[in-house]
Amino acid sequence: MWLLLSSSAARAALIRGGIPWKPGAGDPPEAVTPGGWKYFTPQEALTVEAFVDRLIPADELSPGGKDCGCAVFIDRQLAGPYGRFAGYYMSGPFQEGTKQQGPQSPVTPAQQYRKALAALDTDCRGKYSGKAFTGLSDEQKDTVIKGLEDGSLKLDGVDSASFFKLILKDTQNGFLADPIYGGNKDMASWKMIGFPGAHYDYSAWIDKHNQQVTLPPIGINNHPNWSQ
Amino acid sequence: MPDESKILRQLASALVLGAALSLPVSANLSALAASIDKQDFTQIQHGRYLTVVGDCAACHTLPGSGHDFAGGRSIETPFGNLIAPNITPDPQTGIGAWTDDEFVNALTKGTGRHGERLYPAMPYTYYTRVTRDDALAIRAYLNTVPAVRNPLKSDQLPFPLDMRVSIAVWDKLFFEPESFDPDQSKSAQWNRGAYLTEGLGHCGMCHTPKNALGADDSGKALQGYALQGWFAPNITNDPRRGLGSWSVDQIASYLKTGHNSTAAGNGLMAETINLSTSQMSDDDLKAIATYLKDRPGDRNGQPGEPQNTPAAPDQGKMKIGAQIYADECSGCHRGDGKGTPGLFPALSDTPAVQQTDPTTLVHIVLRGGLSVGTQEAPTAAAMPAFAWVLDDDQVAALLTYIRNAWGNAAPAVSASAVGKERAALVERSD
Amino acid sequence: MARKLPRKDVAIIGLGWTGSILADELTDAGLNVVALERGPWRDTATDFPISYAQDELRYRIQHELFLRNSQMSVTFRNNVNQTALPVRTWGAFMLGNGAGGAGVHWNAETWRFLPTDFTLKSHLTQRYGVSFLPNDMTIQDWGVTFADLEPHYDEFEYLCGTSGQAGNLNGEIQAGGNPFEGPRSRPYPTPPQKQGYGHTLFAKAAEELGYKPFPQPSGNLSQAYTNPLGVRLGKCTYCGFCEWFGCANYSKASPQTTVLPVLLRKSNFEGRTECEVTRINLDNTGKRATGVTYVDTSGEEFEQPADLVLLCAFSLFNVQLLLLSGIGTPYDPQTGQGQIGRNFTHQVMSSALGFFDKDKYNFNPFVASGAIGMCIDEFNGDNFDHSSLGFVGGGYIGQVQTNGRPIETTAVPPGTPAWGKEWKQALKDNYLSTINSGGACHASFYSYRDNYLSLDPTYKDRFGRPLVRLTIDFHDNEIKMSNFLTDKYAEILKQMGAKQIVKQPRKGPYDVTAYQTSHLNGGAIMGDKPGNSALNRYLQSWDVPNLFVMGASAFPQNAGYNPTGTVGALAYWAAKAIRSQYLTNPGPLVHA
Repeated sequence: MWLLLSSSAARAALIRGGIPWKPGAGDPPEAVTPGGWKYFTPQEALTVEAFVDRLIPADELSPGGKDCGCAVFIDRQLAGPYGRFAGYYMSGPFQEGTKQQGPQSPVTPAQQYRKALAALDTDCRGKYSGKAFTGLSDEQKDTVIKGLEDGSLKLDGVDSASFFKLILKDTQNGFLADPIYGGNKDMASWKMIGFPGAHYDYSAWIDKHNQQVTLPPIGINNHPNWSQ
Repeated sequence: MPDESKILRQLASALVLGAALSLPVSANLSALAASIDKQDFTQIQHGRYLTVVGDCAACHTLPGSGHDFAGGRSIETPFGNLIAPNITPDPQTGIGAWTDDEFVNALTKGTGRHGERLYPAMPYTYYTRVTRDDALAIRAYLNTVPAVRNPLKSDQLPFPLDMRVSIAVWDKLFFEPESFDPDQSKSAQWNRGAYLTEGLGHCGMCHTPKNALGADDSGKALQGYALQGWFAPNITNDPRRGLGSWSVDQIASYLKTGHNSTAAGNGLMAETINLSTSQMSDDDLKAIATYLKDRPGDRNGQPGEPQNTPAAPDQGKMKIGAQIYADECSGCHRGDGKGTPGLFPALSDTPAVQQTDPTTLVHIVLRGGLSVGTQEAPTAAAMPAFAWVLDDDQVAALLTYIRNAWGNAAPAVSASAVGKERAALVERSD
Repeated sequence: MARKLPRKDVAIIGLGWTGSILADELTDAGLNVVALERGPWRDTATDFPISYAQDELRYRIQHELFLRNSQMSVTFRNNVNQTALPVRTWGAFMLGNGAGGAGVHWNAETWRFLPTDFTLKSHLTQRYGVSFLPNDMTIQDWGVTFADLEPHYDEFEYLCGTSGQAGNLNGEIQAGGNPFEGPRSRPYPTPPQKQGYGHTLFAKAAEELGYKPFPQPSGNLSQAYTNPLGVRLGKCTYCGFCEWFGCANYSKASPQTTVLPVLLRKSNFEGRTECEVTRINLDNTGKRATGVTYVDTSGEEFEQPADLVLLCAFSLFNVQLLLLSGIGTPYDPQTGQGQIGRNFTHQVMSSALGFFDKDKYNFNPFVASGAIGMCIDEFNGDNFDHSSLGFVGGGYIGQVQTNGRPIETTAVPPGTPAWGKEWKQALKDNYLSTINSGGACHASFYSYRDNYLSLDPTYKDRFGRPLVRLTIDFHDNEIKMSNFLTDKYAEILKQMGAKQIVKQPRKGPYDVTAYQTSHLNGGAIMGDKPGNSALNRYLQSWDVPNLFVMGASAFPQNAGYNPTGTVGALAYWAAKAIRSQYLTNPGPLVHA
């Protein structure tokens, strides 16, 4: 029925007469396609790839963070609303409060990454004979990361501890989110832990206590079980 | 001495017509036939009801305009779009200046005020069976709706179809005015149903296949027809493709509420249910159902149409379709295809998914669909659009599966057919 | 200058649960009703369809269905000695928006409060003596009783099709239900949901310890159901994408799935979305509402005159609008004077992680619904003797784990590195065999003199109006209570066979970044006289009789249950009073 009318009197979206509906309506997620970087510079991308590969190393449990697409995930997120604090309350005055009052900085995630990655490379070059983070050995990278984590390594002009929390969270989100966002390639993390993914109908399974659910893992737009 | 048999026939007609209404049944019906009594509210009420049965508003009322019957709605035909005229009593732009005879002729003979031919988008090929009394009742009612000044040009079709004289040719080939002849061997209820279905109900307008010139393909009555991006289904009594598996009550419930235990009205039929059948009397709906249930199946078929169970579909396609179904569909329609009565239609053992033409299925899968909400069944659950997540091959596999699982049997769906329809639907805003 | 629109009988601010119920009731009474909703229209097939509703990143992590802080936020401080700062993105609570409000994405846990919850002050004073209560605790009786509300709890449950097992039918205790619940007049409309392995094991262990477990009352339906309005709901499929998400198969009770299909068909109802009400207008006596002013997306202001105004905007925003509109007197915590903003409460939540042997236990945590679970009520309200415990209050305890979503619900044992190979291994080893029920201990939050709502002096919304300021912290009473309940839950986990238990009791100070339900209450409380409340027992404003204020802002304190059942019951209770008393004789319904 013809329901979303604009009344010139009130110029609102008027809802009356029945349920508003349009054919083909919906806002499905846009699939991230790898290839190119939308936010990171080439050097930043290399640094983040190296970083995520240490946070999630390749082993028999799963591919590493880079091959899982975690850097691609972070890049696309930073290029989008997440990266710019879209939807946040961004009016001033900005002042730090207590821990319980939550983050108050106007520095967006995208800005944080830019600053921190630059500071990280500066710091590494200073400590490791001119080598950037990407040039370090795995052990050295882990040392650097642990330093960020425990606060012993302070990057210049950057809240290192909060940057570490940020990149750790983003990396793990990319690892565990639906593959449509660029990470968790081929549902690697879900296969690792035993999460069947984007199924909606478990009615056949609620009574099967302590039994493995044998549904094939699927994502929102990732259905290997649909091919022969 | 009046002709007794004539009176008996007139009585029979009156009974048929007045079955649901409290019209005075008198042996002398000529008083009603001669004129319209402005104080006869019964006639006006009767006329209003008949405009609901005939669903005049569907064409003649522009949705959202607030001006009933003032025309202006674009009517899609296979040959182009027409604008439905203004049938309010406005003397200049409506039918206020028409005589009653001119009105009756328009309805039943397809002729305009000056004898010009109406496009058969106006279903006079069906309304021809409407009795003069009923036509006059409609006229009486239309006389009472607010007169709206709405100057419109109806002709929108390309040359040479914009020349009304071309319709005379069409009429000659395909139209013969007739009146409704009750079948004396059948019940009054059956005859009432026949009168409604073949007359004001004009069901065949959508449900009967058409020939290349847009006329009913007689001999295939009610076997289904593709129009405006949908396929109006087969409503013969075929047990698989038609209403054979539905009872009279299920048909009546569907028409009244938009739902029965297995089906949900959708698409173009949703509007018909909302504007027309949901507001008809229970007796009339039962009559229509009774008549439809007494129709033959479609066993005669047409060349190429399967006579018996269609060929078994490709098993690989069925396997893929089953997976897609499990992931995207079973959350509502359930693994066994039984759906939820009154909410999600059943897919197993139902005619909707076994039509020879899968247009409606493809349409709903690609674009979603809002099921009809009525007073009795207000929920109006909607199916979401899957065009973004299913490509043509996947839609084809899914529908082939649905059409052949759980004991269903219907021709497979091809990816190319899906692709064609997907492209065509992109052009449609409705 | 606001453009004045044609008058309506009723203007409703907000089209969530209470707005939808009241709109339906009053249109039935023949009134012309307009509902103004600042968020968008949304509905199942177009906004949370089965092909992409199950997106943890979008809906659980990035909160797509919730109110954007850029549209409206709040400020927060623990006490008056701090400067309140904006909540720049939601943390401790997530606020709804759009048609259906939070009803779209709630868990659907549908509880009733205990009879003693409504007469809390009298009851506790009688049992333990007034000096047993902290002297800055400001709890009070509601002015209505459980018996008053019982028929309306029933109405809300039958609207929703709530799935449950009655525990007390007209005074007779029923096996398998909650033996502590107040007497109900008839069974739940549908049977309880099925339970998963972890939930079932919890019930078994609880029984072994002498408790009486029962299934949580659930608005995720166990079977298809047609409600009294004729609207049909479907059967829940345990998808595990329930709370924070919209339901794709019509099986979660929401305004969309229970009321709106009927409401929208009525010619005397009109909804206007993306219209934000900026104030309730009063006449020059200040005692009568003349309507509301709102702004649509063009930025233009409109005045909507109405004879009756219903404030259904959620507790915090109800209070904000009252303060911004100059209705009632703002509460001053120093003097204790003023009713608007006082007795602000939240919910005291705690849990414990239970790690089990992965070779013996597979809980399939992803097979669940938002209100699944087995619970015990022995430690709720005053169901147990507090004499020697040093606190009052309590909550239900249950294995109510709703999901196995990978980002949210992958717990690792303490000491596990936060990243690297060991982290991955721990994730894998524990995912299927951990009980991680965030809502396990769901306890009361009583009211205090220094927890209140007010207008912020500094931070403004996009129209330049002050944000509402939350001043709130935990008191010793709630911390003690939380420790007690968490210990009880841990005992049950132990009885279940957990090899490692990590207790997570609620700790102060109140942290606005840590999610602990969105059950914010109080600020415009109901009571028996204007001196102790903002609203009378029918939720009618003492100050402006043609204004009624719905929702949990009316709660004088919070009980140990999810509030929505009580919010729904109060909505029906108020609707009845409006229809049967107010409409025939507009004016104050209670003369105090």
